[in-house]
Amino acid sequence: MAKIQVNGEAQEVQLPLSLSELIKQNNVQQPEMVSVQVNEDFVDRSEWDGIQIKEGDSVDFLYFMGGGSL
Amino acid sequence: MIDFTEDQIKRYSRHILLQDVGVEGQEKILNASVLVVGAGGLGAPVSLYLAAAGIGRIGIVDADTVDLSNLQRQVIHFTKDVGVAKVLSAKEKINAINPDVKVDTYREFLDSTNAFDIIKDYDFIVDGTDNFPVKFLINDACVMAGKPFSHGGILRFNGQTFTHLPGTACYRCMFKEPPPVGAVPTCSQAGVLGAIAGMLGTIQAAETLKYFTGVGELLTNRLLTFDAKTMQFRTVPVRKRDTCAVCGTNPTIDHLIDYELPACDIKKH
Repeated sequence: MAKIQVNGEAQEVQLPLSLSELIKQNNVQQPEMVSVQVNEDFVDRSEWDGIQIKEGDSVDFLYFMGGGSL
Repeated sequence: MIDFTEDQIKRYSRHILLQDVGVEGQEKILNASVLVVGAGGLGAPVSLYLAAAGIGRIGIVDADTVDLSNLQRQVIHFTKDVGVAKVLSAKEKINAINPDVKVDTYREFLDSTNAFDIIKDYDFIVDGTDNFPVKFLINDACVMAGKPFSHGGILRFNGQTFTHLPGTACYRCMFKEPPPVGAVPTCSQAGVLGAIAGMLGTIQAAETLKYFTGVGELLTNRLLTFDAKTMQFRTVPVRKRDTCAVCGTNPTIDHLIDYELPACDIKKH
C-alpha cells in the first residue's frame, strides 16, 4: 500500500496504479472535464495512462465551474 | 494626497481605521478603476461591495436584461427591474449606494472584437461571467494586455476563484481550453444556491480591494475552491505552465478566440 493525497485528503492505494486508474477509483464525474495536477504539475490528458502513482504523491482534480451571470 | 471631505472620512472610516488600509489605502481605492464583466450572480455582489468601498470608476459589461429568475441571487437587481438592461439596473444601485463612483456601462457581449478596447481603460478586471468561451476570452485578453484579473466560477454548491497578475498562473495553465459545449453545465442548466454567488463574489471583491491596497497575499498561483455543503475551503497550489498556450514560453495563441462561434463547423470545412 502507498500513502498519497487526493484533493488534500490522505488515501491508501495499491501499487502499481496509473493516474487513469486512480481517477477511475475516485469516481471522478466526467473525467474528460477535469484538469489533473500531480505534485502541483498539470498533467496532459494524453499522459494519464502513462503516469504511475508513487508513495507520497499529491493529486488534485480541478473541476470546470462556469456559472456566474445568467 | 487628495483631500478627503468630512463625508468621505465618515463614509470610509471603517477602512481608514484598518491599519493595513488607512487613508493611503482608501485613496488608492478611490483612484482605482475596475471592469466587472457580467452583472449577474457574481457581478452583483462584486459591484455592490466595490461601490460601497469607493472604487473610483466601475465599468460593467452585460448585454442582458433582468429576468425574474435572476433575482434569487443577483442581488443588485430588484423586482421592479425585471425587463430593464442589467447594466442600467446595476448603475442605478451603485449610484444609490455611493454617488462618488463613476459608472461606465457597456450593454454588449464581450468578444474578440471589443475585449481589448474595453479592458484597456481599467486597472483590474473581474470575471463574473457564466460561460467558458468568455472566461477564456477574459483570460487571454488580460494575459496579452498585461492586466490583472479575478476569475470566478460557481456551480450548484461549489465555487472556485483565483487572481491573476502578469507572470502568475492563468486560467489556461489550469484548464487548457473550454470543455465541449454542453459537457459541463452552467448555472442556468444545473442550478446554484443563490448565496454561493454572494460567497464567491465577495471573495472576488476582497481580492480586488487587496490588489489596490497591497494588503496581504492575493490568490495568485492558488485556486481557491469551496463546497458549501460541507463548508470546506481549500486552496490548491497551481503553477504557471511553461507549455501554456497563452502565457507559456512559446505561446501558440496570439489573438483572441471567440469559442462561441461554431468552432467545430470551421473544423469540418
